[in-house]
Amino acid sequence: MTDAHDTHSDPHGGELAVTGPIPDPGLPEHQWRPTDVDPAKEKRAERQVATLFGLSAVCTILFLVAYFTFDIGDDWDVVAGFGASTMALGFTLGLALMLIGVGVIHWARKLMADHEIVELRHPARSSDEDREVAVQAITDGLTESGIGRRPLIRNSLLGAVGLLGLPAVVLLRDLGPLPGDKLYHTIWGKGLEDKPMRIVRDGIWTPILASDLEIGDLVNCQPDALHNPERYDIDPLEVEGVNLQIHKSKASLILLRMNPGDIIPGKDAKGESRQNWSVDGIVAYSKICTHVGCPISLNERTTHHLLCPCHQSTFDLADSGKVVFGPAGRPLPQLPIAVDDEGYLVAQSDFDEPVGPSFWERDYYER
Amino acid sequence: MSVDVSKVASTNGMTPATAKGGKAAGAIATWADERLGLGTAMKKNIRKVFPDHWSFMLGEIALWSFVVLLLTGVFLTLWFDPSMTEIQYNGAYDPLRGVHMSSAFASTMDISFDVRGGLLMRQMHHWAAHVFIASMMIHMLRVYLTGAFRKPRELNWVIGCLLLLLGTLEGFTGYSLPDDLLSGTGVRAADGFMKASPVVGSYMSFFVFGGEFPGDSIIPRFYAVHILLIPGLLLALIAAHMLLLVYHKHTQWAGPGRTEGNVVGYPMLPVYAAKAGGFFFIVFGTIAMLGGLFSINAVWKIGPYDPSKVTAGSQPDWYMGWPDGLLRIIPAWETHIWGITLSWNVMLPILVMPPLLLMLLMALPFIESWITGDKREHHLLQRPRNAPTRTAVMVALMTFYGLSWAAGGNDIIAIKLHLSINQITYFMRGAVFIGPVIAFIITRRWCISLQRHDEGKLLHGYETGVLVRSPEGGYAEKHLPIPESKAYTLTARDDDPRPETAEEIEASGVTGRRLRLRKLRARLATVFFADNVQKPTVEELHEAQHHAEHELHELESQISAGPNRHGPAEH
Amino acid sequence: MLVCGLLLTGGLYAALAPAQADTDQSQAELVKDGRELFLVGCAFCHGQNGEGVLTQGGSQYGPALTDVGAAAVDFQVGTGRMPMAQPGAQAPRKEVVYTKEETAALAAFVASLGTGPAIPDKELYSTAGMSEEEVQELVTRGGQIFLANCTACHNFEGSGGAMPRGGYAPKIRGVDSKHIYEAMLTGPQSMDTFSDGNIPPEDKKAVIAYLNKLDESPSYAGFTLGSLGPVSEGIIAWVGGIGLLIGFAVWIAAHTTRSSKKKDEAAA
Repeated sequence: MTDAHDTHSDPHGGELAVTGPIPDPGLPEHQWRPTDVDPAKEKRAERQVATLFGLSAVCTILFLVAYFTFDIGDDWDVVAGFGASTMALGFTLGLALMLIGVGVIHWARKLMADHEIVELRHPARSSDEDREVAVQAITDGLTESGIGRRPLIRNSLLGAVGLLGLPAVVLLRDLGPLPGDKLYHTIWGKGLEDKPMRIVRDGIWTPILASDLEIGDLVNCQPDALHNPERYDIDPLEVEGVNLQIHKSKASLILLRMNPGDIIPGKDAKGESRQNWSVDGIVAYSKICTHVGCPISLNERTTHHLLCPCHQSTFDLADSGKVVFGPAGRPLPQLPIAVDDEGYLVAQSDFDEPVGPSFWERDYYER
Repeated sequence: MSVDVSKVASTNGMTPATAKGGKAAGAIATWADERLGLGTAMKKNIRKVFPDHWSFMLGEIALWSFVVLLLTGVFLTLWFDPSMTEIQYNGAYDPLRGVHMSSAFASTMDISFDVRGGLLMRQMHHWAAHVFIASMMIHMLRVYLTGAFRKPRELNWVIGCLLLLLGTLEGFTGYSLPDDLLSGTGVRAADGFMKASPVVGSYMSFFVFGGEFPGDSIIPRFYAVHILLIPGLLLALIAAHMLLLVYHKHTQWAGPGRTEGNVVGYPMLPVYAAKAGGFFFIVFGTIAMLGGLFSINAVWKIGPYDPSKVTAGSQPDWYMGWPDGLLRIIPAWETHIWGITLSWNVMLPILVMPPLLLMLLMALPFIESWITGDKREHHLLQRPRNAPTRTAVMVALMTFYGLSWAAGGNDIIAIKLHLSINQITYFMRGAVFIGPVIAFIITRRWCISLQRHDEGKLLHGYETGVLVRSPEGGYAEKHLPIPESKAYTLTARDDDPRPETAEEIEASGVTGRRLRLRKLRARLATVFFADNVQKPTVEELHEAQHHAEHELHELESQISAGPNRHGPAEH
Repeated sequence: MLVCGLLLTGGLYAALAPAQADTDQSQAELVKDGRELFLVGCAFCHGQNGEGVLTQGGSQYGPALTDVGAAAVDFQVGTGRMPMAQPGAQAPRKEVVYTKEETAALAAFVASLGTGPAIPDKELYSTAGMSEEEVQELVTRGGQIFLANCTACHNFEGSGGAMPRGGYAPKIRGVDSKHIYEAMLTGPQSMDTFSDGNIPPEDKKAVIAYLNKLDESPSYAGFTLGSLGPVSEGIIAWVGGIGLLIGFAVWIAAHTTRSSKKKDEAAA
């Protein structure tokens, strides 16, 4: 902090001085406030400030009362349809604080001395003498260290310190494993030869008979293995906790039954027709948006258009999940489905491409 | 600088009040000063002058809401469990009892339903975050539009921009901590953003999430960043911001007695301290009111995060709204080539635009001073109208921001105004480009006409509203000169510098690239100042006064001669 | 609207219960009454026998009603969506035009045209007679099914949301339980159907129980601002938070009133 009151002969370094056509009339004469000249008004202002502080104290006490009287938990006290505790606590605390603030400012505005005072400025830069001394000091220091004369020491030091950046980077390596092929597979591919992966209702966890669905039905689905891992020889720990979340983030599925005539079968990754990927007009698509990965199930029954609530990408489920609107750059992956010998809907195989948002090393094929 | 207090309200006393414990306090002060030497530092700063204007308090809102964030945040850490371990909820809220969820979500539920005042504190923390970032933004607008960022304050401007960035990141990490469906969807989108990065995308995602999304590391990692790393940086930068403010002294508006060489206002103790301290309580109180009266992020209804679920109206908090809006209106641009994917539809709105805009923001002071060639120190603020191009640049940026922001709420706009999302999106795709241009042109012309209006007031006086009919039947309005102090205030500004002409540059002997650069600069400066109105010269002012007096005289005589007699208007 | 819905259900049951219990004779009469109403109010768009009317462009003026069932009629007419006031992408909910008896007659007529779901019985959506614990379990289950199947379009609190090209998922709070059940069953407008093969009846009941629980629950945290999520919160932060604080800042920095008197004069 520099001297606030020093008087430079020219406080702005001789560069800037606003010169207008009208001379500066100077600070206007100070005018008194009513509270300065009228003792009655002054007393009143004093009482007002004290009242504000007093009211604040009352609010604080009311806050304490509310804290101890209003119940939360299993038996919330309710006033006029609102949670009494939160509202009362917030209102009394807010008022208690605001009243102190208003009181202090009222005090400042009405009663504290309100003469404006003048302080001189000075340029931000240091004076030339100071600069010279500082530069000299640095030069002296550097010369004494000999860093300029000994490039070997200087360069080896720079190299050694620079190399120390590597441990910092390397230490972060174990933040996570490498992706490997994890993004390319989902648990849908874990079905067995004789027990293909059943499609079950999300949250209800019952398998779906193809014949039970009507045209226009949209079902939010999960793979059976998440709830029933033993049936597919999967370790239950594989589908618990964090693993469950990981599987859900890739395997979530939507089933839609439409008029079979509406479906325009596209091509799969090998360029073959997707003719047999659906069952009686029932199609299955990944629920994970190909834009940034929001789950999507906002379907318009009449148009088979599926909308993402996050960024409004719209996919046509009758036409291989192609994008009809919005920012998504690739169609929704389709899951080939069939029925098992009991008539339940099952996955024929895994998706033939990664689900979810695009990434650098991800390939693309035309449907 | 001492003040004559003899005439101040007598309750203040004629002599400085000495508290009853004065001796003890004095002893403590002496003890401290002998060890810390506080006296030297304090003698200059206790009565430091701060000018008074409402717009100078916007940054204070940010500062005080940051304090509220620290206080409420500490309260929340006492109960919050930043863990993604799956547990079964067993708390007080019926409809979720028995549901599996992360410990983070369950502890958020406990804070809301089993800790008295916990819901209030949660909501205050969230509202304070909204207010914090919003006030930083309006503070930034004030600083920019009044030219307060000019030399010597450019570095403080840069620090302020960094604070805005850090505040936004702090907000996003905090928004994600409860692990509810809405914030989880936001984190899922963030995973998509990372994956869209060229070459390293999927690796970044796996490193950040400790494996595949969502993993069980992201909440603890965000927690460390949210309560330790970013608050630490924020504190350090806020300290630097304030120190520079004290060192530079606050800018002030021009006016009688207020010059480039001084600062006029109230002393730190008592008036400024009282006003600032009082404002702290008001900010705190306002946030407490918001927290008590308005529901924010009702996690018990939104439910715990589940990657298979989503809700309509999935929006980020408002400060992330504008990149989200760009993300909504960008067309489906993805390049698939040689077996790789370039996701322009994610990279442009998220990985390119926000950093680009931030860098532009930080560079604004340097760009302007390069164009204008103005390397002088400035402590008097400019009215926005007196820098039309600068004002127009910011309004154009604000328009871009606002339109992108609105695009981020396109689904809500669609249902509330009965519009089609698709039409809104198509409209916004054009509007984000055209809107700022229109805003720029309108603002610039508007500023210039306001300058003309000021000039008119100086030269011809203000309009009294008194209409006078002459004996010939013509009507004229009576103008009266404005008071001297006002006239001075209007003229207390710099003339715009005259840009170099091409001849001058060539005559200076520079060649090659430097010549072209200097010519470009001169051209830009010409555009920057084009059509600005300069303050009148002494001669113009005299002539106008002379003319006005004459006219007034004539009008007065017409009034006294004519049928419609008025007394002279009292002003 | 809620009152209206409640009155309607109550009334409808009073009107329907005897009719259903009664003989085929009264059922036939109901169908006959319904046909007369249909010819006057519905046939213009839906065709005289509910076969639907095509426009010249080939799109539908009014869709065929041959297999929609009584539940669809009860929903569309009972919530005022039908008859439509003007053609449009989506029929909005509005004041109910037909009385409950007329609605029942229309439903009976349309049901007689073909197949389709019947108006659900009260046991399917009412939790009456269940123990408190059973209801609590049902609500929790319903909440999870609601979040999995409904929130995507109708929002986490049933406040509604936007759909493509000007369509929208309406607000579903304060809607009569029967109508919610019928909506799931029949998929009105562009909504997907949630037939019994999709979501079993017991789980539909759970969803309705959860929605009723939301209706009953107090607003624990203050005003909910339309429950639209972060957009309305942002507006409050800017208007209520920043707006109010700027107001205070103006007050703090404003110059106080001045006196023309001098200190000495006043003292004298």
